[in-house]
This record gives sequence, structure tokens and C-alpha cells, in this order.
Amino acid sequence: MPDSAIEFRDVSYRLANGREILSKLHLDVRRGEILVLLGRSGSGKTTALKLVNRLLEISGGELLVEGRPVRDWDVIELRRHIGYAIQEVGLFPHYTVERNIGLVPSVQNWPKEKIAGRSDELLRLVGLNPEIAERYPHELSGGQRQRVGVARALAADPPILLMDEPFGALDPLTRADLQREFLSLQQQLGKTVLFVTHDLHEALLLGTRIALLEAGKLVSISAAEEFLDSPEPLVRKYVEAFGSFERLRGRK
Amino acid sequence: MNLWNFLLQNRLEVADLTLEHLWMVGISTLLAIAVGLPLGILISRRPRLRKPVIATANIIQTIPSLALFGFLLPAPWIGERAERLAILALMLYALLPLIRNTYAGISGVDRAVIEAARGMGLTDSQLLFKVELPLASSVILAGIRVAIVISIGLATIAAAIGAGGLGELIFRGLAMVNNAVILAGAIPAALMALAADTLLGWLEKRFSPQHAS
Repeated sequence: MPDSAIEFRDVSYRLANGREILSKLHLDVRRGEILVLLGRSGSGKTTALKLVNRLLEISGGELLVEGRPVRDWDVIELRRHIGYAIQEVGLFPHYTVERNIGLVPSVQNWPKEKIAGRSDELLRLVGLNPEIAERYPHELSGGQRQRVGVARALAADPPILLMDEPFGALDPLTRADLQREFLSLQQQLGKTVLFVTHDLHEALLLGTRIALLEAGKLVSISAAEEFLDSPEPLVRKYVEAFGSFERLRGRK
Repeated sequence: MNLWNFLLQNRLEVADLTLEHLWMVGISTLLAIAVGLPLGILISRRPRLRKPVIATANIIQTIPSLALFGFLLPAPWIGERAERLAILALMLYALLPLIRNTYAGISGVDRAVIEAARGMGLTDSQLLFKVELPLASSVILAGIRVAIVISIGLATIAAAIGAGGLGELIFRGLAMVNNAVILAGAIPAALMALAADTLLGWLEKRFSPQHAS
């Protein structure tokens, strides 16, 4: 197995009208790490994420998942190999929590008892009471929904997770809870995670490494501890925008 | 002769014509679903086809019903029997609400839900049958409801080409200048429309998805 679960090799992405959203992105996501793609709105971070599970298709360069170019993968197989959690969650409103979590296992023909067991296990893992399995999404709080979203992304035990600001819409207290829980969950499960956020605090808290994107280009990539010391002017600007340097340093 | 006496004396004929009416509406609606639902799904997948398909259905809708019966008359097999002709015409009229509501229902599904479903690796058909159609079902049912109510009214005109149904009483009443006979055809048709509307309205409510905010 290659050391990198995901490799971007000079990956570009252009819209149909020729506008370049990502240009020559070059980075790798090492097995078992949380790589945070940090950047402001429009920096191309979400686009980069969607290229990995082929919700968007690369326009240039090469993108490898498990050492294999994404276009050589069967797209369904690729997506089932990769968990996907987004800010809006996108739970199925017509399904109970258990069916939401169990949808991919069920289309893969897992036996019923195994799906129920898995849903139970995952609900506990994300800090929910398995009793909510029979509820519908509209009966849950925002934090509970987001946890169910994470549980659903983990359902078929994918080795890679893509997360697009999954905690972005939560209140600060719930967000802090989920961040902490997610960190310990990841340490427990050892998944490879590509995590998109615009929040520097979140990046510093969760990231093994942080990659800063700006206008479709990679500005810097470094271990999270070294990120604040980077001399790169754009990094400095980003850090300053988030307020006191010392306060940030204290967080890690 | 008042309405009540007429109905009593001709109850077998009225029942017969009601059944005929129901049959025409039922078959034409089923055919319209069989054609309109796939077309609605198709235009949700191929945006380029949307305008021509909806426009065609729209144009059909604007053809006066008697004229449409006339246009269809030369069609082989169909034109041989008035009943077939009526069913085809009713089906064509029912297409627009079906196509439009199927399309509206599917395109109204929350973008995030679709993205999550595709991202987790559902195939196109799993996405359609497990996510899009169930979530669109109440809007599609609303389309079926409109189609049926329109068809029940329109089917009365089919009697003009000899296709039977409750319209026969209405036309006969018109010719006899007898309101009781007209009502003997119109009232059962109106009741049928009301009943269908209520039943489908209830189904629509049952199928409406619980909405996550």
C-alpha cells in the first residue's frame, strides 16, 4: 500500500467557461492523518474535495486515490471507499436515523441484523443514544443531525473520509464538543481525513497538517504546530485576521 | 320529469355510464402516468430536453378537445373505436400536469440531500428510486390529482364522438332541453371528481416527506 491515501499531482480544475478554480494543486494526504484544507470562500478548497470522490472531474494533472488514478476507479466503488460529510448534512428526510446510516450497507446487501448492529455501534461511537435510531431527521437537533451525518459517512467503514465544514453550522459550544469528539474518534479509528474549513481555530485543533489555499493555488503546507510560524505573507495575513497570535498558540 | 325520478327509473343505465366514465378516466390516467412520469424524469436528467417536452405538452393542452378528437380520428387502430380515441385524447391532456409535477418534484429535492447521496456512492437508479422519487412523491401525486379531475370533466365531451360515459346523458339532456337529464350526467361526474380529489389529497398528505430544516 502506498503511504499516501490521496495524491494531488498538479491537479487543475476549470469551469466550462474556462475559469480556473484550482491550478496545479500538488499535495498528498498521508495515511491516518487529518489534512486540513484551509482557505477563504472561493479559494477552491471544496472543489479540491469534490474532485477526490469525483463529484467533480479534474481538468488537468493526476489525482490518485490509494495509488490509483481516480478515473481508473469505478466511480461507485470509489465513493463507497470514501466517507463524505458536508455542512448541510443532507440527511434523507423520509428515512429514520437508522435507515439513513444503513442505506449504503443495505444497497450492498448486508443482512438486516448486521445493519441494525452497525447503526447501533456507530450511534454510540458518535456520542448519541441508540434510542434515537427510530427518529426522523426533523426530530433531531442540529448537533444530533451532524453526528448522524458523521455516523452515516462511517457506515461502510471507509478508510478515507472527506469532510466539508461539517461543524460549520453549529453553535460554538456544540461545535467545540463535536470537534473534540471527532479528534478522539479519528485517533481511535485511524481514518485518513481530508478536512475543509475556513476556520483557523478548527484547523489548528484538528489538523495533523494544514494546507492553505488562496485563489485556487496552494500557498503553504506544514505541520499544524509550524503553521503559525510560517513566514509566508498570506499565512501571516490569515493568522492576523483571526486575532491575537498568542491566543491561537495557546489553543493547540 | 324531475331528476330524482329520472335517476330512479334509469339507475342501471346511469350506473353503466358511470362505470364507462370511470374506465376511460382510469385507463387514460394510468397511460398518462406510464408516459408522463418517465418523461418528467428524463427532463430532470437532460435539461436540454426540458423546454421542447414541456412546450409540446403545453401545446397539446391548448387544442380544444373536440378538435383533438377530430385530429386523432385518422389514426390507425385508435380511430377504429370511439372509446380508444377518447382514452388517447384524455391521456394526452393528462400529460402536462404529470410531466411538470414530476420534474418539479425531482428538481425540488434539497441539493444537499442529492449531493450526500451521490457522495456516498448511490448509483443513478438508487438515487432515483430511494431518494428522488420518494421525496417527490407528494408533488407527483398532486399532478395526478389535477390530471384526474381534468379528465373526469373532459371525458364528458367524449360522448360527442360516441365514446359513451356520463357525457351521453348531458348531450341527450341538451338535445331534449331537459335539465333533469343533463344533471343526471353532470352530478355523478361532479361527485366522481370530488371523490377523486379528496382521496388523492389525502394520499398526497400521507406521502409528504417530513422536512428537515
